[in-house]
Amino acid sequence: MSFFTVDGISLQFGGLKAVDSVSFSVEKGEIFTIIGPNGAGKTSIFNLISRLYDPTSGKLFFEGRDITEVPSHQIAKLGIARTFQNIELFENASMLANLLVGRHCHATTQLWQEILFLPSVRRAEKEHRRKVEEVIEFLDLQAYRDKLIAGLPYGVRKVVEVARALCSEPKLILLDEPSSGLNVEETDDMSFWIRDIRTDLGVTVLMVEHDMTLVNRVSDRVLALNYGKVLASGTPAEVQAHPDVIAAYLGA
Amino acid sequence: MRFVFKTDYDQDIRLLKHSGYWWSYGALLAVLIAFPYLVGSYLQSQIVFVFIYAIVGVALIILTGFTGQASLGHAAFLAIGAYTAGFLQSQGISFIVYFPAAAIITGAVGAMVGFPALRLSGIYLVIATIAFAFIVEEILARWESVTHGNEGMRVRTIDFLGQPIPRDGDAFYFLCLLVLAGSILLALNLLRSPTGRAFIAIRDSETAAKSMGIDLAGYKVKSFAISAALTGMAGVLFAHKMSFISPEMFTLLLSIEFIMVIIIGGAFGVHGAVLGAIFIVMVDPFLTALKDDVPVLGASLATTLGMAPDAAGKLRDTMSAIGSAAGLKGAIYGLIIMMFILFEPYGLYGRWLKVKLFFQLFPLYKKATFKRQKTYVKSERNR
Ligand SMILES: Nc1ncnc2c1ncn2[C@@H]1O[C@H](COP(=O)(O)OP(=O)(O)O)[C@@H](O)[C@H]1O
Ligand SMILES: [Mg+2]
Repeated sequence: MSFFTVDGISLQFGGLKAVDSVSFSVEKGEIFTIIGPNGAGKTSIFNLISRLYDPTSGKLFFEGRDITEVPSHQIAKLGIARTFQNIELFENASMLANLLVGRHCHATTQLWQEILFLPSVRRAEKEHRRKVEEVIEFLDLQAYRDKLIAGLPYGVRKVVEVARALCSEPKLILLDEPSSGLNVEETDDMSFWIRDIRTDLGVTVLMVEHDMTLVNRVSDRVLALNYGKVLASGTPAEVQAHPDVIAAYLGA
Repeated sequence: MRFVFKTDYDQDIRLLKHSGYWWSYGALLAVLIAFPYLVGSYLQSQIVFVFIYAIVGVALIILTGFTGQASLGHAAFLAIGAYTAGFLQSQGISFIVYFPAAAIITGAVGAMVGFPALRLSGIYLVIATIAFAFIVEEILARWESVTHGNEGMRVRTIDFLGQPIPRDGDAFYFLCLLVLAGSILLALNLLRSPTGRAFIAIRDSETAAKSMGIDLAGYKVKSFAISAALTGMAGVLFAHKMSFISPEMFTLLLSIEFIMVIIIGGAFGVHGAVLGAIFIVMVDPFLTALKDDVPVLGASLATTLGMAPDAAGKLRDTMSAIGSAAGLKGAIYGLIIMMFILFEPYGLYGRWLKVKLFFQLFPLYKKATFKRQKTYVKSERNR
């Protein structure tokens, strides 16, 4: 069985089928991209995977395990982290605090120990901090440690969100439009980082992306979606040459 | 301006970040310890109330400031702590037992109040907590075998292992100071560990918190329980300080005063609890002065300015009528809350930080230093 499998999943909002029996599999170490026009249901698929929404039907498998019923707050612990299309950072906290929240699924200390701030808590905190520093180093965020998120430029926030996801040491990372709102240089950086995330950190990447240059540059496989349905899947070139995909993008 | 070179992760974890902290907090502690020997009994009593209000302030900062869950029911938690103390004491149970017992019982009730918070937010949660407080008030009035109903209940002097701690004495002052210091330490410890960060995460984005592995239900309940337990401890001290408790002491107005503590002091840092408590407790003597002294002063000023004596007398009467009008306190509170929310949303502590920064950066301070820049609009949050 594949590393991560979406098996015939559907999601209905009232009369609208946002996701319509979508199936695909992601192999370990792959960069897999979902493309599609606005409203195609890409983010909805991410929300289904991170269990923010319950599917109307279908199943999700991660490392051979059925995760369709796992509550959303346990998904991170299994090794799936994500970013959000519109950036969901903790605005009134420092960047460090944000990244440390990314470590939450590895927290082992009990409330009473934390209240007394026992040596075990201090030790655990330093360990979390060490991991966070690795990510800061990796994504070049050294300049922002104590800065409040609310004061950071958009491009930096986008990277901080990726950093927060990486802090949980995921096996699979979901990136929802990592380049949206970024300028050309920032998009370039992002494409390098996405590749590094896969190559250096060994994290499998599942992303939604609009920027076709970025998609072509990093993706191993692409899946095209429209009106909640799969149009085509395969290598970037195959998918872009597919007549249905061309039709969808030209609005025919 | 001081620049702290960091060479160790411990430096970020430490509470007192550099030697300046040691000096200023050391000096503050020295002053607080010397206080009972320096000031009169009235002022000492007021300071004890500042401590008690500040403990509740810390409790509210954990719940509202950190976790983002509003409450207008904290007077009820205070009442539960106070009545637990009063009742258990009357059963012959010792202070070292009923003090923690009050914290635990109030904490448990707080956890139960936390459950509706899982589904409610904002104004609906506020209404739910008000409803809870009314229910508690009603129970206190009706459950006469335990609470003596509306007649109220006497609370005797603390007996600390055979040693009495009279409510006007220095020992009581230090007890309250100790509990406040403990609550502050607890809040700061929470803030530098996973639980406190989970609270902040929930405040700023529930969606992101969830996908980072934070169990919203569990942490909201924890936040309510901790906040309630601290308030319960404050309630024990309050009961002993008042030496008499009755249901009408724990009304909505008291909950509003508690909320004001953090609105005025600033809810984003623990300092705010203390500053706000000083402000709120000192409003009362100020209002009394407004009632008694200002009319007299105004009248004599008017006479010296050449007003006829009977006209001045009338002026004095009108002024004292205004000063003692029913609802004046509520109106002034309302006005203060509005002013703070409009002009000083980060409270007194925020103002203090700005003043400090002004002097550190002088002459480079810009007016816009603290202006929030809105870089984008968040719409359709989950899509
Ligand atoms: N919470 C929701 N309630 C109702 N409709 C929704 C909700 N979320 C998404 N939709 C609808 O589902 C469809 C797919 O949305 P989405 O997954 O956000 O698209 P994409 O990310 O591909 O642009 C859209 O038509 C959108 O309006
Ligand atoms: Mg989307």
